[in-house]
Amino acid sequence: MRSASLDISHTAPTGSFDQHPINKKLKAEEKIKLLYEMIRIRKFEERALQAYNGGNIGGFLHPYIGQESVAVGSISVCEKNDHVITAYRDHGHALMSGMSMNECMAELYGKATGCSKGKGGSMHFFAPEKNYWGGHGIVGGQTPLGLGLAFALKYKGIKGAALCYLGDGAVNQGAFHESLNLASLWSLPIIYIIENNGYSMGTSLARSSAFREYLAKRAEAYDMDWAHSMGHDVFEVRASVQTALDRAHNHSRPTLLEISTYRYRGHSVADSNAEKYRSKAEIEDYKTNKDPITVFKQKLIDQGILTEETFEKIDQKAKAESEAAVKFAAESPYPSIESIREDVYWETDQPDGRTTQGRIFFNDEIP
Amino acid sequence: MRKISYREALREGLSEEIERDKNVFIIGEEVAQYNGAYKVTEGMLAKYGEKRIVDTPISEAGFIGMGIGASMMGLRPVMELMFFSFAYVAWDQMINNASSMRYMSGGKIYCPIVIRGPANAGTNVGATHSHTPENAIANVPGLKVVCPATAYDAKGLIKSAIRDNDPVYFMENTLLYGEPWEVPEEEYLVPIGSADVKRVGKDLTIVAHGRCVIIALKAAELLQAEHDLDVEVVDLRSIRPLDEETICNSVRKTHRALLVEENKPFCGVGAQISHLIQEKCFDDLDAPVKRLSAIDAPAIYSDPLEKIQVPNVDRIIKAALSVG
Repeated sequence: MRSASLDISHTAPTGSFDQHPINKKLKAEEKIKLLYEMIRIRKFEERALQAYNGGNIGGFLHPYIGQESVAVGSISVCEKNDHVITAYRDHGHALMSGMSMNECMAELYGKATGCSKGKGGSMHFFAPEKNYWGGHGIVGGQTPLGLGLAFALKYKGIKGAALCYLGDGAVNQGAFHESLNLASLWSLPIIYIIENNGYSMGTSLARSSAFREYLAKRAEAYDMDWAHSMGHDVFEVRASVQTALDRAHNHSRPTLLEISTYRYRGHSVADSNAEKYRSKAEIEDYKTNKDPITVFKQKLIDQGILTEETFEKIDQKAKAESEAAVKFAAESPYPSIESIREDVYWETDQPDGRTTQGRIFFNDEIP
Repeated sequence: MRKISYREALREGLSEEIERDKNVFIIGEEVAQYNGAYKVTEGMLAKYGEKRIVDTPISEAGFIGMGIGASMMGLRPVMELMFFSFAYVAWDQMINNASSMRYMSGGKIYCPIVIRGPANAGTNVGATHSHTPENAIANVPGLKVVCPATAYDAKGLIKSAIRDNDPVYFMENTLLYGEPWEVPEEEYLVPIGSADVKRVGKDLTIVAHGRCVIIALKAAELLQAEHDLDVEVVDLRSIRPLDEETICNSVRKTHRALLVEENKPFCGVGAQISHLIQEKCFDDLDAPVKRLSAIDAPAIYSDPLEKIQVPNVDRIIKAALSVG
């Protein structure tokens, strides 16, 4: 479906991404840490899926399995004043931003110890103290919010950037295009990262985008820089995001970055058609040839940095962490009935903070 | 005391808050170079510069969502909607994001935003520009809604709204912008959630908000002069939070209530207040509570008909006399 004559001048630097300065400078243990972060996300989600199927987690659960290199690669190059915001497939970004498996798993279980006290669920993990601003459920709805993070940085004179992730299904939403226009018009330090996994729920790109070239090329309509990268190589992700970060930090200019990736599972756990709108062979091909963990593991083995024994060790460590998180979540209490009306208004949560008068909640009776 | 217009009072309130807090800025369509579609922000660009007074393209979902995001980082945007009717193109941002951000983050985030602009019919502009969504917005936990009727309240409430750490949706009225009212020179705040008895009376309580308060005050004078009916007018000023005490105190005194609003009747603000009165003042009532709302159809364009569709002095007098 792609045009045969793509303009590769806009794509990330070609050649060996291993030699890109941002990757070349990595020490052996830092490379292993990148691999570990990807494994950690996968183990968390595999365990969460088990818990879901066991009836311990309800609602929507959108697995990131297959896409881990995108969150890990991009967030690994962030600096202290860079901020992250994403859509509902948010477990990977949350964990990579430094959130614990315990608080995330407990949130999936709807427990009071969850990162959002059981009020957000899978799609709404937050950790603003770690520069991680959610976790947003409405397709494209987070794209103006991300713009606001970048606007605030510029307003305050802070050298930083906002990384705002979206799926390929979000590129046809109006709010996204409004955001692109404002980002470029006002020269805001934002990087929009389209994680293009080929399907918006069950609708393939061919059935959703009239534009047959790279989705990111739509940036040209807004006089914005753009690039395309392959997402299965965590080094390629790091290199392309670093280029965009430099542009944001040094020139306060936005970038629209498209990263090709793939999800093995359905749109959500509830997607019973995950193997109907695409072929089994397509899924198997990615798993065999482009799985980001397998690819990077092999690279590190080839470089003499990693052994099978070390891999097994970190794999088991991540698995144990996910098991412990399930135990923590299962043993945690549910939120209290009183807590339903907490965290609604800032002022009603402050013991002495009430500045308004009058009635603010309106039930005649509550249990 | 000096008198200034509702528009000037708003401008004073906005200016004082901009000078007080470096994180406050105004953003919206035509607010800067054009000096405001309704001239509320006239002269502010020249005085405060383009960092504080920001013109946007016609892009409500974009700039309002952006303001919400910026507020999460500690800024205090005051976002102007040229008409509150345009809220609907930014509904996902205004309703989903602004109201739920704090909740879904388990209280880690708060959004100190103000969204302000006119929300009224009666100006001969047709249905798409005449919406009054205060009832719909007040239905959403996490949001606050205020509807000032006078210049004094507009200034005091806009200052309170800007200082509030929750999202405040501030609904004005194009027909009130030029109306003068006594406004002191010295600084003051009007607390959100406090109603105000604008006229003291003993025979009937009229509860209203926004421009309907002004119309009710005119009707009250005629009811006194021509029908010997002494009407008390309670100006809600704030829809959520709601000053139930002032409403109930008035009804307990007059034993009769007429609820007037420019909103449409179904699930309008009056429906909530009617429920309140029957629950809290059941034994005080000498007659069923009556409601007067806009005639239940989209806002009609035709000028003489629209003046009948929204509550006017004649309709209020008639409704007041019909309360048993």
